[in-house]
Amino acid sequence: MIRLNLRKKLRGARGDFDLKVSLEIEKGEFLVIFGPSGSGKTTLLRMLAGLETPDEGYLEIEGKVWIDTNRKINLPPQKREIGFVFQDYALFPNMTVFENIAYGMKKKDSKRIRELLRIAGLEKLSETKPATLSGGQKQRVALLRALAREPRLLLLDEPFSALDPQTAAPLREEVKKLQKQEGITTIMVSHHEEDVLKLADRIVHLNEGKVLFQGKPEEFFYMRKTQSPVKSSLHGLLLEKIFNHDHYEITLALKTEILTLKINQTLGEKLKVGDKIYLSIKDFEFLEKNES
Amino acid sequence: MDFLPFWLTLKLAFWTTLILLIIGIPIGYYLAYTKYKINLLFEAIINLPLVIPPTVLGFYLLLILNPKGIIGSFWHKLFGKSLVFHFEGIVVASVIYCFPVMINPLVSGFRSVPKNLIEVSLTLGKSKLETLIRVILPNMKFSVLTGIVLTFAHTLGEFGIVLMIGGSIEGETKVVSIAIYDAVEKLDYSTAHIYSAILLIFSLLTILSVYILNRRLSSDQA
Repeated sequence: MIRLNLRKKLRGARGDFDLKVSLEIEKGEFLVIFGPSGSGKTTLLRMLAGLETPDEGYLEIEGKVWIDTNRKINLPPQKREIGFVFQDYALFPNMTVFENIAYGMKKKDSKRIRELLRIAGLEKLSETKPATLSGGQKQRVALLRALAREPRLLLLDEPFSALDPQTAAPLREEVKKLQKQEGITTIMVSHHEEDVLKLADRIVHLNEGKVLFQGKPEEFFYMRKTQSPVKSSLHGLLLEKIFNHDHYEITLALKTEILTLKINQTLGEKLKVGDKIYLSIKDFEFLEKNES
Repeated sequence: MDFLPFWLTLKLAFWTTLILLIIGIPIGYYLAYTKYKINLLFEAIINLPLVIPPTVLGFYLLLILNPKGIIGSFWHKLFGKSLVFHFEGIVVASVIYCFPVMINPLVSGFRSVPKNLIEVSLTLGKSKLETLIRVILPNMKFSVLTGIVLTFAHTLGEFGIVLMIGGSIEGETKVVSIAIYDAVEKLDYSTAHIYSAILLIFSLLTILSVYILNRRLSSDQA
């Protein structure tokens, strides 16, 4: 069980804001902190790791206090028993794959390293230096290195965002499998919906330092859809409107292509050239006109 | 042919390099990883020897290193001998004079190591000292080697400051550069020729080794 209540002033693109988060996380849970860049999610993760100091707050994990600003406690990262996986992997270039994984182990256990390498399909690369690995392989090594030390808490900072989708998809499955198998409480920061859908037991939606939602991923996506249906990313500019017997034919300029649609007369009359039009992707039903 | 000046020069270069490496790593670490305003002043002071004449530095050092000076008197009490006109004195002078030659490559080396390598090492439970030894230094090998080789080469060619602090005492402070000066003054050109040629070739080889190492290490990392 992790209990945290942290606050830190952050400098954002649109001025300063307070990152203020209060959470409880179950042992073995996979929590995804979801939000746009600049929402404070990476800072939150770094505070959990001890790489950044909160202005005030409290963090307790399995009964052990890691941060308590009132009592001036802030354990340094090396005393926290965590595994941290960076977005750009941060593998040690001077060490082989094997040495990278062994580096963080409390007691070097070659058998376990070989076992981990086998699970990840990397046993042949054991003596290779990281520079020659592919992105997906690097990410696997970074993950194994974090897991090998049997951390109380696994922290993942956008671990798949530097990978192409074909590489990321199977890796997600592996992560989830390993995490469940080892039963490690995991907190992952991401701005990818796939990560939330495939991995999260629970999601925390963060924006400008505030928690907007926390709960099951399905609830999150459902809520988002019902709350703001026009937030569809498919929109375009009305270029042309032609009346044809009983309906209108309109031409829209989307981001990269031109789209022609038939719409009914009443709706067509409300629109004029130059309007910004939002479409819902699912059934191409016309939703709303936005005056521009 | 008297090879004593060469032996003395190598001894001076060895001790200067070793001492500067030992004190340079913590100082470089501090300057690279802290962001206090006072650091600018420290860096300026460290780099002073690059711009002031060795005679100016030598003059001030003479004031503090002589048996009545602040450091000199302390040394005298401790070891019963003077720093000036002794080998230990020219080591001290040479260390101060070569400070920037060692510190500058180290500072840029420390700064070149990606911050997240250091952070990940801490999250893997390693202390700052172990991180320094196993992660930071191996990933700035070239800067360390550059510092070592340049300091060594720079000390080989030291003249002004050694002369000011050490004079020209046979077997104690008379290094090659000073022996050459003496030989020329005595119109002993053949000795000057030999000494100069050896020093020239040796210095060239030293600098060349930096470039060879540079190429080898950078192709290693690729």
